[in-house]
Amino acid sequence: MSDMHDEPRLLIIIPAWNEEETLGDVISEINEKVRSADVLVVNDGSTDETSAIARESGAMVLDLPFNLGVGGAMRAGYKFASRSGYSNTVQLDADGQHDPGEVNTLIRCMAEEGADIVIGARFAGVGNYSVRGPRRWSMRILSIVLSRVARTHLTDTTSGFKACNRAAIRLFAADYPAEYLGDTVESLVIASRADLRVRQVGVEMRDRAGGRPSHSPIKAAVFLIRAMFALAIALSRPRVSITAEKASA
Amino acid sequence: MSGYGFALALCAIVVGLLYFLLRTRRIQEKYAGIWILVAVAVVILGAFPKIVFWLAALVGVGLPANLLFALAIVTLLAVSIQLSSELSSLEEESRTLAEEIALLRLELRTPPRSASPGNKVPDDSETGELPRSAQG
Repeated sequence: MSDMHDEPRLLIIIPAWNEEETLGDVISEINEKVRSADVLVVNDGSTDETSAIARESGAMVLDLPFNLGVGGAMRAGYKFASRSGYSNTVQLDADGQHDPGEVNTLIRCMAEEGADIVIGARFAGVGNYSVRGPRRWSMRILSIVLSRVARTHLTDTTSGFKACNRAAIRLFAADYPAEYLGDTVESLVIASRADLRVRQVGVEMRDRAGGRPSHSPIKAAVFLIRAMFALAIALSRPRVSITAEKASA
Repeated sequence: MSGYGFALALCAIVVGLLYFLLRTRRIQEKYAGIWILVAVAVVILGAFPKIVFWLAALVGVGLPANLLFALAIVTLLAVSIQLSSELSSLEEESRTLAEEIALLRLELRTPPRSASPGNKVPDDSETGELPRSAQG
């Protein structure tokens, strides 16, 4: 019978849309490497066995009745974390790209830097993940702008590997955009403007089990335009302030 | 049949259709309002076309018909913007509902918690009192 402040409780949130092939392995790896964490799979309207596999692996499952996108799935996850009183969350992809062993790296960085949000970054000197061509330049521009917004050095703003503390969980449970790039770019803007401390730490990424990032210049251009649009809208929105107290732990 | 008579007949049909849709609650008043306004305006203009000439001279539009077209485009634009904004808020509402449904389903599957909010219960559905058939 522990009080909720006795020990930090960690929830790993995995947004999953038709990820039956890789999800089982990801969850068992988490159970093996991060024993203290609870695992929540947000099944984003999958039409395959994602939900059943997650439950068999012992994870809690939020079954969304239809597909909401990563941002939609994550807000549902943050709502659950907020209502169940978790002190920290880590978002982790279901495709096996993120190494569950790095979860502790994020949490450690959060404690050391006194950060509210820690991004597991791909281009921060660790690992050999690389994106080439126009897409790389788009991501560079995003990084430069968002680094200024967040008043810290960010190199990988589109990473889906993120740790949050209580303050960030409460903010994101109320306001987490479902639009394109809303879950990465815009959420960072929202957090920075709510005076949350954003930091990044380099992590090694693995190859995705399926699919490679596209190198088509047209797609990269479309990505850049949409990213700039999302950024412009996000920056022009009125500020939101968290009513939640800023967690000092 | 004169052009004005044709316009008047058209407006009468539009007003009648809107009235029918409102009466059977197939559209809400907040969406019908602007159309009723448009229909009434067209009826008035159809009956007294001099108003258009006077208005066109007033705002400095050379051809009165162009004023009508411009006004019609602006009205349609306003309606479609209103619909976009209503659609966005509907999507946000359905997103919130989807989240709540998912959270409730998870709560139903897990055994009831004790009074302490931080008391974590292992999420093993075998120990719950709920019948397994309750799962979606």
